[in-house]
Amino acid sequence: MEQLKTIGRELAMGSQGGFGQSKEFLDLVKSIGEARSKAEEDRIVLHEIETLKRRLSEPDIPKRKMKEYLIRLVYVEMLGHDASFAYIHAVKMTHDDNLLLKRTGYLAVTLFLSDDHDLIILIVNTIQKDLRSDNYLVVCAALNAVCKLINDETIPAVLPQVVELLGHSKEAVRKKAIMALHRFYQKCPSAVSHLLSNFRKRLCDNDPGVMGATLCPLFDLITIDVNSYKDLIVSFVSILKQVAERRLPKSYDYHSMPAPFIQIRLLKILALLGRDDKQASEKMYTVVGDIFRKCDSNSNIGNAILYESICCVSSIYPNPKLLEAAAEVISRFLKSDSHNLKYMGIDALGRLIKISPEIAEQHQLAVIDCLEDPDDTLKRKTFELLYKMTKSSNVEVIVDRMIDYMICINDNHYKTYIAGRCVELAEQFAPSNHWFIQTMNKVFEHAGDLVNVKVAHNLMRLIAEGFGEDDDTADTQLRSSAVESYLRIIGEPKLPSVFLQVICWVLGEYGIADGRHSSSYITGKLCDVAEAYSNDETVKAYAVTAIMKIYAFEISAGRKVDMLPECQSLVEELSASHSTDLQQRAYELQAVIGLDARAVESIMPSDASCEDIEVDKDLSFLDNFVAQSIERGAQPYIPENERSGMLNISTFGSQDQHEVSTHGLRFEAYELPKAPVPPRVAPTVSSTELVPVPEPSYSRETHQAAAASSVSDSGSSELKLRLDGVQKKWGRPAYSSSTPSTSNSTPQKTVNGVSQDVGSTVNSKARESYDLKKSQVEINPEKQKLAASLFGGSSKTERKPPSASHKVAKASSHATESSLVPNKAVVTTEVVSAGTNHQPPPDLLDLGEPSATSSAPFIDPFKQLEGLLDPTLVSSTTNNGASGSSNAPDIMSLYADMSTTGQSSSTGNSVSADGINAIFTSGFSTATSTDQGGVAVAQSSQLSKGPNPKDSLEKDALVRQMGVNPTSQNPNLFRDLLG
Amino acid sequence: MGIRFILMVNKQGQTRLAQYYEYLTLEERRALEGEIVRKCLARNEQQCSFVEHRNYKIVYRRYASLFFLVGVDNEENELAILEFIHLLVETMDRHFGNVCELDIMFHLEKAHFMLEEMVMNGCVVETSKSNILAPIQLMDKAS
Repeated sequence: MEQLKTIGRELAMGSQGGFGQSKEFLDLVKSIGEARSKAEEDRIVLHEIETLKRRLSEPDIPKRKMKEYLIRLVYVEMLGHDASFAYIHAVKMTHDDNLLLKRTGYLAVTLFLSDDHDLIILIVNTIQKDLRSDNYLVVCAALNAVCKLINDETIPAVLPQVVELLGHSKEAVRKKAIMALHRFYQKCPSAVSHLLSNFRKRLCDNDPGVMGATLCPLFDLITIDVNSYKDLIVSFVSILKQVAERRLPKSYDYHSMPAPFIQIRLLKILALLGRDDKQASEKMYTVVGDIFRKCDSNSNIGNAILYESICCVSSIYPNPKLLEAAAEVISRFLKSDSHNLKYMGIDALGRLIKISPEIAEQHQLAVIDCLEDPDDTLKRKTFELLYKMTKSSNVEVIVDRMIDYMICINDNHYKTYIAGRCVELAEQFAPSNHWFIQTMNKVFEHAGDLVNVKVAHNLMRLIAEGFGEDDDTADTQLRSSAVESYLRIIGEPKLPSVFLQVICWVLGEYGIADGRHSSSYITGKLCDVAEAYSNDETVKAYAVTAIMKIYAFEISAGRKVDMLPECQSLVEELSASHSTDLQQRAYELQAVIGLDARAVESIMPSDASCEDIEVDKDLSFLDNFVAQSIERGAQPYIPENERSGMLNISTFGSQDQHEVSTHGLRFEAYELPKAPVPPRVAPTVSSTELVPVPEPSYSRETHQAAAASSVSDSGSSELKLRLDGVQKKWGRPAYSSSTPSTSNSTPQKTVNGVSQDVGSTVNSKARESYDLKKSQVEINPEKQKLAASLFGGSSKTERKPPSASHKVAKASSHATESSLVPNKAVVTTEVVSAGTNHQPPPDLLDLGEPSATSSAPFIDPFKQLEGLLDPTLVSSTTNNGASGSSNAPDIMSLYADMSTTGQSSSTGNSVSADGINAIFTSGFSTATSTDQGGVAVAQSSQLSKGPNPKDSLEKDALVRQMGVNPTSQNPNLFRDLLG
Repeated sequence: MGIRFILMVNKQGQTRLAQYYEYLTLEERRALEGEIVRKCLARNEQQCSFVEHRNYKIVYRRYASLFFLVGVDNEENELAILEFIHLLVETMDRHFGNVCELDIMFHLEKAHFMLEEMVMNGCVVETSKSNILAPIQLMDKAS
């Protein structure tokens, strides 16, 4: 064999340049092929870019050369470098008359450009022209480009032509036209909403390829609107039946399964159509049952169809027989040695348990096996299954497992995901408060930076509100246990910021509530946190506010407050901070400490985070103050809308004002810069605020901020403070009791600002989780039953029940393993036969090879190519040349024959199932058409054999020419992929 | 939309063919390919041929030195995609005869043409080898 190849190479040495490619291209491919590292590859590509830039600037580049340059450019982009300097050449090549060049041009353009690229506009015209071409291959090339390049703005330019092409005589064109329409639908459904009936029509196309393609858009349409397509159920069922009965041409077979990809798509569609619809589902039972029976379970493709059937069965209205068949397949999948099949089995199990929970029981061990498997993919799929099976009795086991896994992975995307799952399950099924807090602590500790901030707020809310029962002691216990656990954790290094915020907040609210810890102990801890995370302003803010709360509670309880020295220094440090927020908090803290017990009590009532705050949006309590000021000669407040109207006509600053209020795009030019006026604004002098001074726009922000803190402006809509919907934080007394002075209103704002953020997110989350709980209740009974059988009820049936295994597993996962071994052994013996058959070797493919080498000497590829290049010789050298030209080649006339006969029969047919039946019988089963089909197939197989000897010889020649042997740098380059 | 991208990558992690069915910028592609390839190459023969990556599910299959990676969304049938890959390789094999990595490198455009026939808008639209290859062979003859 090896010898033959060598001989082949020797013989082919003479005919070099067989691919019609230049030395440069060969060198490029060779050097890329042999590049050892990414860096080397980059160097080669950068050099190539320089070469191409030089070459492309040369005048009068021959077209063939240009095609090669384009492919080299494709390489450049494929290997991660920018080739935008040459996009225009790709665009130009789409204008070429030669089909191969045109198609290469289109290919390059679709690879290079997004559908909103500026150059697309230059192609639309060409596409329009090509869609009208009488060479169907040109039309196909254009339709390929349409699918990639046309966006919602350019759809109208090609839509009429695409619709016209739906009735083209060539099935390849009809197929691509359908897909172009599908693309338009994806891009802009409204543009083609009046054309959707075309998809129904093409479903009855006499060509199975067109019919199969049409299933793609129909699937999308049905996903969105099931009810409008219920009438097609009969058709889909009938098509599926015929496909399964091998009524389609043999060329659609794959590994002796009839048109498996069409079957799978049909099953997907049926799953949609039969969901929650008993009547519709009943029409499908027979055909799906047939598929279960007929499918070859030894091939991958057979199993793919079986898996899809299970998906279908678990989606449509349940049928006991089908469920049984599905369960059987699942158990075979799970018992298989192939990880792929196990994966599919776990997924299928997750679908089926919704309907028949009892089937999970028999697969407990298999599921545990998959969970313990080192393969991440399998493990994750199994977590997905467990997630679906979780209930309060097994939540601890499952969440523990999830957290263990979460801790040991680095993939942040999945970590976030599984942390979210843990939180969700914990919130829904937590068996005890203590467990809940512990679980959340673990999640925060290990994935705190990845979980949604909402989760943190949710946790704070849960701790503050308790679990909804009216049992105060339970809530107190919950808080105490939270405080205890946080005090334990707080010393750990590098805690996530979000977690620290929760800790600070809880310690501030409840640190001294149960009297177990002294205020100095808690404040000391909080100071430590602020110090340890001095870069994190949010944490520091939480910490200092927590300290303030502790002191406030102490004062209002009548105890004397001794500020710790470290606390003192922290406050001093923060009051000089660059962050105004921190500064403000520090000053607030100092101010609060100076107040007497009664005042503090009303500012900071203890444990009032759940109280509602009523907001006086009009700030009516300031009326007196305002009246006094006006009496003393201050100008009255002018509401902003009046103010801006006034300014519009009079002052120079109107533009600025206008700008602030509209926030739109400005189309006029900006005015010339004025001499900058230093933003000197005295916030306490309210009179300066009333009429905004014309100012350069850059100072506006400062101005605005300052204005917000002034009394007279505080009622305007410019305020950053959004108090609507504020609830539960430090209660109403704090708000209304504050004295009406500017200095006092600021602290309130920030305090409320914080509380508002927390409050609103908490609220929305609360609502969400409530909804979740509600929806959960509906499936709960099923879930409970299943999970009890899987993880509960221990030693009833199984020798080693999983729930026990878990409890042992914590101590020694060994025990589980060993107990599983005997069972595994049984499984393997059972599945040996299935396992060996799992991947059948591709058979048909090696046929061509021996003949290729033997016949090689008789064919001179070079000469053949030469002949091909000469257009006048086309008809004489080959029967099938120049498509679409006047001398119609045999094979094409055959195709045409077929489609015309088919068409004549299709015209009369409607969408009914009978119609499809008729089409298929007329198209594929009658004697004449099968004959034609046979000829066509034979013809095409001849065609396909043609290039084989030539190519493999040339390949070998190239190997030689480039001086590369299988032993050199990259031997794999020559390895048969299917060898 | 089903298939989001198709990649052919060799054992060294070098891209041999890339086709995306949704537009990604050059940087995004580069990053995505790097991450995916690293993930897939690290796996052994026994493990699943499926890997989750961000929002994608990657179905991959190895032939000699070449990995075929198909990125799909969640609704796809992984086994079917696995067989789609094989169908693609069989089709290339029929055309090139004992197809190898070098064939794809020298005939990058042809490999793309085959894909264009097989997949449109991320959907598998043609699975008959003769239908897939017919236009390519006609073009070969004509040019």
